[in-house]
Amino acid sequence: MRARSPWILPLSLLAALLLALLPVPPQLQGLRPYWLALVLAYWVMEEPDRVGLGFAFLIGLAADLVVGSVLGEQALRLVVITFILQRFRARLRFFPMSQQALAIGALLLNDRIVTMAVRVTLGEPVQASLAWVSPLLGMLLWIPVFMLLDGLRMGGWRRR
Amino acid sequence: MPSYAGPSASRSGDIADTLRLLAYLAMAVVLIVLDHRGGWLSLVRQQAQVLTQPVRAVAGLPGRVVETVSNDAGTLSQLTAENRRLRNELLVTHARMARLATVNADNARLRGLLGASEQGSLDVQLAPVLDIDLDPTRQRLVLRAGSNNGVHTGQTVIDAGGVVGQIIEVGPLQSTVLLLTDPDHAMPVAIARNGVRLVAYGTGRADQLALASVPLSSDVKVGDILVTSGLGGRFAAGFPVGTITALRPDESRAFLVGDVKPAAQLDRGRDVLLLRTLPARPVIGPAAPGTVASAPVAGSATPPTVATQPGGAPKSSGTGPASASAAKVPHPAVPAATTPTKAADAAAKREPAPAPPTPEEHR
Repeated sequence: MRARSPWILPLSLLAALLLALLPVPPQLQGLRPYWLALVLAYWVMEEPDRVGLGFAFLIGLAADLVVGSVLGEQALRLVVITFILQRFRARLRFFPMSQQALAIGALLLNDRIVTMAVRVTLGEPVQASLAWVSPLLGMLLWIPVFMLLDGLRMGGWRRR
Repeated sequence: MPSYAGPSASRSGDIADTLRLLAYLAMAVVLIVLDHRGGWLSLVRQQAQVLTQPVRAVAGLPGRVVETVSNDAGTLSQLTAENRRLRNELLVTHARMARLATVNADNARLRGLLGASEQGSLDVQLAPVLDIDLDPTRQRLVLRAGSNNGVHTGQTVIDAGGVVGQIIEVGPLQSTVLLLTDPDHAMPVAIARNGVRLVAYGTGRADQLALASVPLSSDVKVGDILVTSGLGGRFAAGFPVGTITALRPDESRAFLVGDVKPAAQLDRGRDVLLLRTLPARPVIGPAAPGTVASAPVAGSATPPTVATQPGGAPKSSGTGPASASAAKVPHPAVPAATTPTKAADAAAKREPAPAPPTPEEHR
């Protein structure tokens, strides 16, 4: 069953990109959840035939350009996330919400490790220790994000 | 595709997926290496500004709205208080300016006497900072001014405190500033006190710069103020960079490394100044050898200028021992006629950087 509102996908990704740029106090910068991964995870799980590895790669490149990180870093991170999600998609979809959130938290934690590995390899400064809390925040945000996107998508479909 | 988990997932599909993953990972790694090593992708970044500029502009909107609202919604008392504060600051600044104007005039006169080139006045352009967060580990700022406003790559960015960084990317409406605290950034600096030249490296932290490979013998102290030296021609000379907050020996114990607190406020949400042209100033060179050389010479060889000194000097030498005033250069010149080594000692105390100068060295 395809969603009837194809604009939700690009719009939600754009919103995630904007959230990544939104200014927050410098002390809290490490806490910023990886919005793009959350939104992308939703689409990988709900619309696997539209959103795959290539899509994740391109979105990551766009994010790298916009946020100004090393070109390819976020592409790599998002490709890893997408791949893991695709592997466990069938199981994850039947998890209750709380367990899904836990899995997303683990995924984001893995993403932090990947990021740190990339940064250390390049000799770039690693993020503040506060950044290790951000997967937790992402985990807590998974349910609202899922509900919101699902509501938007399904709402559009139901209204038809 | 079955929506339940089962062992029936085809092997070949798995392998194909893994291969695709590896292909994308390899592409990402190649991009990362290209971007990080050669910086060969700056052209891509330049082209991609078509995409990034609108997104960044939209992301900067909330900050602008907040600013506008807080400006508009300021209460009378707030505005009055701010007005008073600004008035006071203006008064103080004007007083300083007036004093500086006389110093400037003096300077110009002396330069005229020396036949040195006139230094150009500061030609700057105000540019607002776009209120967005970039990758926090990379020290960058986005300015809401681009090539349409005459911004070009390589311009020095300063604020009221000192140097902020330099422009590295210019789009039509926005430009990117590489802050001097970025780990990729290094700038030639000189100690304002004695002109010892150093290089200040970015650390990736907004509140810290690093000095590396400072010779143990050089005259560098905690609390010294660093200014741009103008070497390399990228930065104009004489702008404050920061203050040395710590010095310690490095692993080899042959050099010092130091921490520097930047003079500029390196956060977003303010306005910065762009230098339009590099003022044609002389490079701040090593003043140290010059002054050290002149001090003993003035003491031992007694050139004609010293002859004018004794008229005023006996007053001080009558009140106290000559060594008490050893800190000032002109005074030791008087007793120095008898004890030239004392002047040399004093000079060496002032400038411990080079080896204690002997008259033979400075012949």
